[in-house]
Amino acid sequence: MKIVACIKRVPTTDFVPRVGADGKSIDAAGAQYMASFYDEIAVEEAIQQKEKHGGEVIVLTLGPSDTSKEVREALAKGADRGVILTDGEWSGRDPLATAKVLAAKIKELGADLVILGRVGTDRDNAAVGPMLATLLGWASVTDIVKLELAGTQGTAKREADGGIETYSFALPAVVTCQKDLNTPRYAALKGIMAAKKKPVDEAPAGALASQVEVVKLALPPARKAGRIVGEGAAAVPSLLDALRNEAKIL
Amino acid sequence: MTTIVVLVEHAAGAPRRGSLEALGAAHALGAEVVAVLCGDGAAAAAPHCGKYGAAKAVTLGGPAASPDAVAAGIAAVVKGASASAFLCSATSTGRDLAPRVAALLDSTLFSDCTALVNEGGRMTVTRPWLAGKLEATLRSSGPLLCATLRRNVFAVKEANLTCAVSAGPALGAGKATLTGVEARAGSKLDVSEAPVVVSGGRGLKEAPHFALLEELAAAFGNAAVGASRAVVDAGWRPHSEQVGQTGKTVSPQLYFAVGISGAIQHVAGMKTSKVIVAINKDPEAPIFKLADFGIVGDAFEVLPALTEAVKKLKAQG
Repeated sequence: MKIVACIKRVPTTDFVPRVGADGKSIDAAGAQYMASFYDEIAVEEAIQQKEKHGGEVIVLTLGPSDTSKEVREALAKGADRGVILTDGEWSGRDPLATAKVLAAKIKELGADLVILGRVGTDRDNAAVGPMLATLLGWASVTDIVKLELAGTQGTAKREADGGIETYSFALPAVVTCQKDLNTPRYAALKGIMAAKKKPVDEAPAGALASQVEVVKLALPPARKAGRIVGEGAAAVPSLLDALRNEAKIL
Repeated sequence: MTTIVVLVEHAAGAPRRGSLEALGAAHALGAEVVAVLCGDGAAAAAPHCGKYGAAKAVTLGGPAASPDAVAAGIAAVVKGASASAFLCSATSTGRDLAPRVAALLDSTLFSDCTALVNEGGRMTVTRPWLAGKLEATLRSSGPLLCATLRRNVFAVKEANLTCAVSAGPALGAGKATLTGVEARAGSKLDVSEAPVVVSGGRGLKEAPHFALLEELAAAFGNAAVGASRAVVDAGWRPHSEQVGQTGKTVSPQLYFAVGISGAIQHVAGMKTSKVIVAINKDPEAPIFKLADFGIVGDAFEVLPALTEAVKKLKAQG
């Protein structure tokens, strides 16, 4: 089985952004980067499926050349090789442009299964996975919490608002991972050493037409200063009074 | 006049609340609103859409069991209406379908929008970046705007139009097929749609103590229990309840943060709540800087008293 796991470099979750001088960009000075939280789950699932069914895991990313750091981390955990589509503007690409570039590369690589995180924790669109499936014309299940493959058939459980949905599909397919799917492993020293010898190919992503124009970027409005209404259980009547008569919501 | 197509989800013959918010948002832009309803029960729910701003409704009957087939059906309606925008509520269904519809129409997607403005025929949207640490105002340079709308942000408005309902082609089979649904235990509201959210953190000390939050939620009647990442990682609560950067972003009318210190990752997911109440033993906890009202105290003392007081209030009507 040939599995492609897509990852995206994003700022670490403790990153405190500032708006750049142009009012339209993020001042990323001092930011540390990581593979998006959910993409680590995607890499783990790809490796687990390979361990069960055999085959190959290719890690694919659209990002700056030094995204090799995140790619090597995935290789250290057990992925076989990496492909970086280099793009200096990676974080600002709109999801359709990103999906088009990834779809073209996946067609070229060939794959039975493509696994992505459910959302990149930077632009938060949660769109690339299902867009990619649509462009490829493949089956797709989003936000999965369980994946079972048998031959050319797959079953996935999806976390929906009202409960858990089960889908069946034929491969090739695209799935996006929700948190409950697995717990990503840590890379062992042996894996880290082995990763240094695994191939990572780089190719320019090429021109990407973006449909998104940034008009303005701002910090969200600060909340009005609140107050402590009291201490302990004795403060409950004051709280309800404040909710009822000040905030007028009860 | 421009046309906006809105996906209307429905249950038991009536549109769902998030979809009514989307209809209201579309109507407020001064567009002719076309509702599209999919699956069994679509025909029963369609006539209700006029009341909330739809001039027309198209039903795509048959079982809505395949997201790719449903998306293809919706995309055909958007194309047929020569719409300038496609909107839906950012429910789990909406977030799954909207990117597929957008890709079929060669359009990008703006997810989880909190504002839509029509500037002389061109629409701008406001949406969170980095889970709400930044607010981005964006414009689509494409001919079609596809967007999902954050729940509890746009108002439901009664427009009282008469909705002309027409039946579109029935939904066909697709590549992935829904074969079963396990409903969540009880009929609890999702944390991202509940008007009241009562969230707990490590300050609750151990998993069974979340019963105190469940009792408070039950006293409100329209509340969902939420959780911080620390307690989800500890396995006390399911990830579906996690609020914050690696969980859900919520905007309820009333948010309780109980035993939650207020880490930036959590705050990003709840700071757009209308009213925030913090209950924490530590008067220096950062959450108090954000909260409208705070109680410094032991959650185990405050929660039962609060639950009793809310019950009394609700009993009075």
